[in-house]
Amino acid sequence: MLQVLDIKQLTMDFGGLRAIDDVDLEVRQGEIVALIGPNGAGKTTFFNCVTGVYEPTGGVMMARRPGKNASVKLNKLKPNVITEHGLARTFQNIRLFQNMTVLENVMVARHCRTRSGILGAIFRNAGTRREEQETVDFSYGLLEKVGLQQHVNDLARELPYGAQRRLEIARALATEPFLLLLDEPAAGMNPRETSELDALITRIRDDEGISILLIEHDMKLVMSISQRIYVMDYGRLIAQGTPREIAENPNVIKAYLGETFDA
Amino acid sequence: MNTQSIPFIRRAVSEIGRSLLVSCWFMFLTFPIMVIKVNPLERTIDWQWMRLVWIGLAVFPLSLVWRWLMMRKEQGSAKDGEDSWQKRLGERIRADRKISAAILALLAAFVVAFPFIFSSYQTQIMISALMYVMLGLGLNIVVGLAGLLDLGYVAFYAVGAYSYALLNHHFGLGFWSALPIGAGLATIFGILLGFPVLRLRGDYLAIVTLGFGEIIRLVLENWNAFSQGPSGIAGISRPGFFGIELSLSQHTVFLYFIVLALVAFTILVVSRLRNSRIGRAWIALREDEIACQAMGIDKTKTKLTAFALGATWAGFVGCIFAAKTTFINPASFTFMESAIILSIVVLGGMGSIIGVIVGALVLILLPEYLRAFSEYRMLVFGASMVLIMVFRPQGIITGVRRHYRFRQKEGTEEQGERDAASA
Amino acid sequence: MDYFLELFFGGLTRGSIYALIALGYTMVYGIIQLINFAHGEIYMIGAFTALIAASALSLLGLNGPALLVLAGLIAVIYSAAYGYTIEKIAYKPLRTAQRLSPLISAIGMSIFLQNYVLLAQTSDFLSFPTLVDEFAFMEPVSHIMRSSELLIVLTTLVCTVLLTLFIKFSRMGKAMRATAQDKTMAMLLGININQVISVTFIIGSSLAAVGGVLISNHIGQINFYIGFIAGIKAFTAAVLGGIGSIPGAVLGGLILGWTESFATGYVSSDYEDVFAFGLLVFILIFRPAGILGRTSTDKV
Repeated sequence: MLQVLDIKQLTMDFGGLRAIDDVDLEVRQGEIVALIGPNGAGKTTFFNCVTGVYEPTGGVMMARRPGKNASVKLNKLKPNVITEHGLARTFQNIRLFQNMTVLENVMVARHCRTRSGILGAIFRNAGTRREEQETVDFSYGLLEKVGLQQHVNDLARELPYGAQRRLEIARALATEPFLLLLDEPAAGMNPRETSELDALITRIRDDEGISILLIEHDMKLVMSISQRIYVMDYGRLIAQGTPREIAENPNVIKAYLGETFDA
Repeated sequence: MNTQSIPFIRRAVSEIGRSLLVSCWFMFLTFPIMVIKVNPLERTIDWQWMRLVWIGLAVFPLSLVWRWLMMRKEQGSAKDGEDSWQKRLGERIRADRKISAAILALLAAFVVAFPFIFSSYQTQIMISALMYVMLGLGLNIVVGLAGLLDLGYVAFYAVGAYSYALLNHHFGLGFWSALPIGAGLATIFGILLGFPVLRLRGDYLAIVTLGFGEIIRLVLENWNAFSQGPSGIAGISRPGFFGIELSLSQHTVFLYFIVLALVAFTILVVSRLRNSRIGRAWIALREDEIACQAMGIDKTKTKLTAFALGATWAGFVGCIFAAKTTFINPASFTFMESAIILSIVVLGGMGSIIGVIVGALVLILLPEYLRAFSEYRMLVFGASMVLIMVFRPQGIITGVRRHYRFRQKEGTEEQGERDAASA
Repeated sequence: MDYFLELFFGGLTRGSIYALIALGYTMVYGIIQLINFAHGEIYMIGAFTALIAASALSLLGLNGPALLVLAGLIAVIYSAAYGYTIEKIAYKPLRTAQRLSPLISAIGMSIFLQNYVLLAQTSDFLSFPTLVDEFAFMEPVSHIMRSSELLIVLTTLVCTVLLTLFIKFSRMGKAMRATAQDKTMAMLLGININQVISVTFIIGSSLAAVGGVLISNHIGQINFYIGFIAGIKAFTAAVLGGIGSIPGAVLGGLILGWTESFATGYVSSDYEDVFAFGLLVFILIFRPAGILGRTSTDKV
């Protein structure tokens, strides 16, 4: 199958500290891939490199939208440009626009797929009005998809925790990505919410054909949802394979020893 | 007396005790500066003991109120209570189109009739107030919507004013041709300054813009060949009215309507921008820069549009200012002017249009009509900036987010009439 | 050469004053990441209190260096008290608020204090009495350095050394460094954060008052507005050296002092403040971390 994300020898240094050391990772079209590892293994740093928040010290990051021939080198691109290319993310420590409504949070994410500018906003010509309505409808559709339609006009900060996580996913989907990077989407969720999330992620992949790379500590979710798993420890990749292979891998078991398994 | 009231009394005694202590502390604190008034030329001293008494008497109740408000703030009850009260009133006015239309019509009739009812002097004051409404709304784009604290806003105001003054002085250019040029130059200045500084973190940005504002003023003060220095530029033409000669009071009325029209235009532009693609990007940027970028928004470009647009408005008002006073000098463009505009935005409510209008009218008109108060104007501004930040950071009037109409899957329309103008 | 030396020592004097004020900015910023906009006003209040105290005490027949020391002491006590109170009113309630709220509150406080002094005293310049005669031993070099300048430089040196020792070795100094590193962790280790912050404000304000007294004694006149310009310049110095760093504040102060002195001496005296503000803008744009500071990254 074709790759949508191909990362080779990614390295990230902070001063003298090597947070990511020579990591290779790929995501193929339509796959759900999990990135796991103990706390401080460098998983979020990895996401930050891929989404342009940090500039990696070494390595090559390539991404390709399915159906396009040319792949894009992500190194040195600004975060917004990477999002425009079709990689969208959520954040481990939820970063919603607190004082905007739920609907507006999603509408903001339509920014890079819409065009109208200052003059359009001032004169509200037909094109702008149509684009606005499309933005509203599209965003509402996404909220229905993640099950937040009853909260549309609430402020984001008023949402319960699990709903905030789902709003982050809806917001990321609004940028029309081909690859969704989810940073601990199940953190703080109860078992029922987690199983709903499981279904939601699978649905996103099946209905939209969006590939998914997720960081997660909830092993039950990871094992049930992902086709392949990468395991990081101390910035290095220590194992990769199918859920079954990972569960039996001695290196992985060693890395997790001394740590609580669901850390 | 029952046993339940004993803790209450104990509490009250301790609160009063604390307030007494605070009041003594402030009497100590203000003693040298308030009581001992020095006249070093004659080497004499006035002892003003009464002031100390006043301080003591004033601080005592204030300290009680302060702690009470603090307590309420910590419990969070104050916020919810007032918000729901405001929301209810706001929603009722908005819900009833007849009421809101009637209020608007009445207001429009009043502002149009204003220069004919009141004296030329009153009209002049109103023109100033309306200019500050425009400045406040302009700065509101930068500070309130995009969350960029600009302490050098007055620099762009100066650019507008000097553009018109100099173009008029050297080339005899009229108000109407200078207005877009002045605004355009202010925009260019905004972009030129914004480009390098907008990468900076919030508080550094504030200081850089402050520094830039002061540089502009100092250059105007010292570059005599260009700006005629501290003595300023006099004899600037008033706006022409289709080549017809106007008397001084007619000029005032004419200027009033120009400003009124521009205020209306400003309100329209700002309210439309706020609920547009660009406006949402500004607000998102204010809320969370990193998430905003991750949603595909170009941080620099978005900040720059807000900054430049704010500057444009300052440029507009600058031109009007030069046309109104017919004389300008650098003394009109000090940091204090920036601070006044900022306090209008802060007090009124960052991001709220009605808030800024109310803020401007109160802050500019009150000192004009309460002469006794005008001396204390800046004192009150300063104090209220602190108090607002401590107790009501969202300002007097909270901006309400817009509700949109959308199509549900079944194709029915919902949320029809709840949208429209937010406060 | 004499002209050069005159400018050199003039710059050293200015720079010392900037350094004294910058120390307050840098300490407060180091601990609560706030630009204490009202800090310049503390300096101004220090100068005013000293002037008032000196005037009142001279009526009692006191004069000369004893008067300067006594007035200076009163000024330091009062400035410290103002600094302490301002923190309690305008900043403490905003510790968990959005980043810009305390800054706006600080600007409000600055405006308030300026106008408080303006209304209670006067908007005119007040002349500060000459309290220190020229030292006899400075006679041969008096054309390049005045006695009051020597006093400023020496006092600054002493203050900086004392502050450095305090921060390095005292219990409170260690608590301050710990708080600057990681507030939550410091709290968990039993450090009283409120106390640390209060002490920081008290020390910073005292140093600003020392600067205020010395400069008034040197220049000979003050008004309610001196704090604004001095405050911004001292902030420039703090940023220049690397905000949060104590040696940085001193270094930044001196560099700024010399820049101003030489630029006004050799280029143009009209643009004295433009050089300072220009330097501020330049530094913030090109090296916001300053000379001795480190760049920090936001945690995602």
